[in-house]
Amino acid sequence: MTDIIIAADRLTKRYGPATVVDHISFDVSRGEIFGLLGPNGAGKTTTILMLLGLSEIDEGQARVLGHDPARDPLTVKRHVGYLPDSVGFYDNLTAADNLHYTARLIGIPAPERDPRIKAALARVGLSEVGDKKVGAYSRGMRQRLGLAEIVMKDAKIAILDEPTNGLDPQASLELLDLIRSLKSSGVTVLLSSHLLDRVQSVCDRVALFQNGKIVLLGTIGELGRQVLGGGFAVEVECSGGHALSKQLATVPGVRSVAESADGVFRLLCDRDVRSDAAAAVVKAGGQLTRLELERASLEQIYTSYFKDRPEQQVPHAA
Amino acid sequence: MQRKGTPLRGVGIVTLKELSDHLSSARMRVLEWLVVLTALAALYGAIQVVRDTTAEDPFLFLRLFTKSQEPLPSFVGFLSFLVPLMAIGLGFDAINGEHNRRTLSRILSQPIYRDALLFGKFLAALATLAISLIALWLLVIGLGLLLLGVPPGGEEMLRALVFLVVTIAYAGVWLSLAMLFSILFRSAATAALTTLGLWLFLTAIWPALASGAIRLLMPGADQATMLIGGQMLARLSPATLYGETVLALLDPTTRALGPVYLSQLQGAIMGAPLPLGESVLIAWPQIVGLIAATILLFVAGYVVFQRQEVRA
Repeated sequence: MTDIIIAADRLTKRYGPATVVDHISFDVSRGEIFGLLGPNGAGKTTTILMLLGLSEIDEGQARVLGHDPARDPLTVKRHVGYLPDSVGFYDNLTAADNLHYTARLIGIPAPERDPRIKAALARVGLSEVGDKKVGAYSRGMRQRLGLAEIVMKDAKIAILDEPTNGLDPQASLELLDLIRSLKSSGVTVLLSSHLLDRVQSVCDRVALFQNGKIVLLGTIGELGRQVLGGGFAVEVECSGGHALSKQLATVPGVRSVAESADGVFRLLCDRDVRSDAAAAVVKAGGQLTRLELERASLEQIYTSYFKDRPEQQVPHAA
Repeated sequence: MQRKGTPLRGVGIVTLKELSDHLSSARMRVLEWLVVLTALAALYGAIQVVRDTTAEDPFLFLRLFTKSQEPLPSFVGFLSFLVPLMAIGLGFDAINGEHNRRTLSRILSQPIYRDALLFGKFLAALATLAISLIALWLLVIGLGLLLLGVPPGGEEMLRALVFLVVTIAYAGVWLSLAMLFSILFRSAATAALTTLGLWLFLTAIWPALASGAIRLLMPGADQATMLIGGQMLARLSPATLYGETVLALLDPTTRALGPVYLSQLQGAIMGAPLPLGESVLIAWPQIVGLIAATILLFVAGYVVFQRQEVRA
C-alpha cells in the first residue's frame, strides 16, 4: 500500500491568454523522490508554487498531506520545506540567526530552537561556519543552508526547485547526497531540474514537463521501455560478422538490435541480458571482446522522445 | 474563497526582526546624526530669537519649534524635510529588497500569510521613525529647558505632544508611499527615485501649481471661489496638510486655516489664543486626511502585493 502525500489533479495556471500549466495531474507517494523535469519555462516552478499555496490555482485541485494549499496554506507550509531556485538569505545576519528567524516564523518553541538549529547545521556540514554572516557564503553553502532550514523545520515534504543549478560538480554531488539522506530519514522529496543526468541518480520517479504539460511520467526504467523500447541497453563488441545480429535478436528479452559500428551491436532490452548475449555470441562462433550494460539515461529518453515528435520544439537539455 | 488561519500570524516576529535590522543598520546611524544635528541647528536659531523678542510670551516653548533665524529654517521647517526623507529612506526597498535578495519566496513558504510580512515591515519602519522623532522631540524640549531656564506650561506640553503624534502620522504617509513603490518597482533605485520625485513634486511644486490649476479648471469663477478651490487642490498634498496642522497646533492664535470672510470675524478678539481642543478641531480634517492617506496608500500596496507573483 502506498499513501499519496501530494496529489495534483488537473492543475492549471493561466497568465492572460497563455496557459503556463495545463491540466497537470500526478501523485507523489510517501518517502519517494519525485522529479519534475523539463526545460526552463515549462511550468515546473509555477506548479511548485501552486502546491505551496503561493500562487493561485486557476483550475483543478491540489492536495498536500490531505490539505488544500489554496484554502489552508498555513498548514501546508508548516509541514512542507521549500528551497527556491537560487535561495537567498539575509546577508547581514549569520547563518544561525537566519535560521532563528525562520524558526520563530515556523513557531518552534524557544527552548527547542537552539538544539534544532545546531543539529540542522551539523547535518548539512555547516557547523563551523554557522556563526559567519551569510554574505560570505558561496552558492553551494547557501543551498546547503536552505536544506538545513528544511531539516530544522522537520518537514514531511521537501520541495527543491533547481537545487543543483549553478553549483560546481563537487558541490552538486554533495547536495545530491544530502537529498538522498533526506529521503532515508523519511522525507518525501519533490525536486525540479533541467539537469537530467544529475537528477537521474536520485529520483525514484520523474515527470517530464513540456510547454506546461506532463508528457511522460514514471520510473526511469518505465520511461525507457516506453520511449526507447527497452529499459536497458547492452553493447556487445565482437568479431564474427553481421550474422551475429540475428543470433543476438533471438535472445529472450531483447527488443531490438542495431549495429552501431562494424562489430559493435547495441541491444535494447527489458532486462540485463549480458550473460545470455555472451552465450549467444560464443555459440555462434564469434569472439567476444567487450560487453557493457547501460541503463537507459534520462537524457537518451528525453532527446529520443522529442526527436520522434518533430512537431514539438526540441528543448535544450543539459 | 475563505482561507484558514489568521493573517496576523507572524506579524510580531517580522516586526521585531525588521526593527532590529533598522536599528542596527547604517541608515539608522545616519538618521541619528541627522536627528542630533537638526535639534542643535533648530535650537540655535530659535533660542536667539526667543531670547531677544518674546520675554513675556505665554507660549514661549512652542516658539522653540516655530521660530527661526535666517538662514536656518525653524525646527518645523527642518522636520518637513527630514520626516519624508527618513520615511522614504526606511521604506523604499521594503519589498523589492526581499525580491532582489531572493528571500521573499523562502520567507513566504513559512507558515505565514503575505499580510504578516507587509504589515510587520510597515510597523517596524513606523516604530523606527517614531523612536527617532521622539528622541528628537525630547532633545529639543530638554535643550530648550536648559537654555531657556523656563519650565513649559501644561497646555504647551500637550500641544507639543499632539504635534509629535501628527508628525509621526505624517511620516506614515511617506512610509506607505515608499512601500507602495517598493512593491510596484522591482528595482530599489527606481522606487527610491520615484518616491523622492513625487515628494518633491507634492511638497515644492504642487502647492504653487494649485492656484494656477484652479484657474484652468474653473475659468470665470469669483475671487473667493478661486481662493478656496486653490486651497482645496493644494490640500491634496500631504505636505500642505501637515503644514496647516502644525500651524494650528503650534500657534494657538490661529483661528482658521483658509480664507475667512469679514463677517465671520465679527466679535473675534484678534490675537487671543484658542484652547487646545479648539485648535485641534480646526486642524481635525487635516489630521484625519493624513491618517486616511496613510491607510489608503498602505491598502493600495497591500492589494498589489497580494496579487503579485512571488517568483524571482
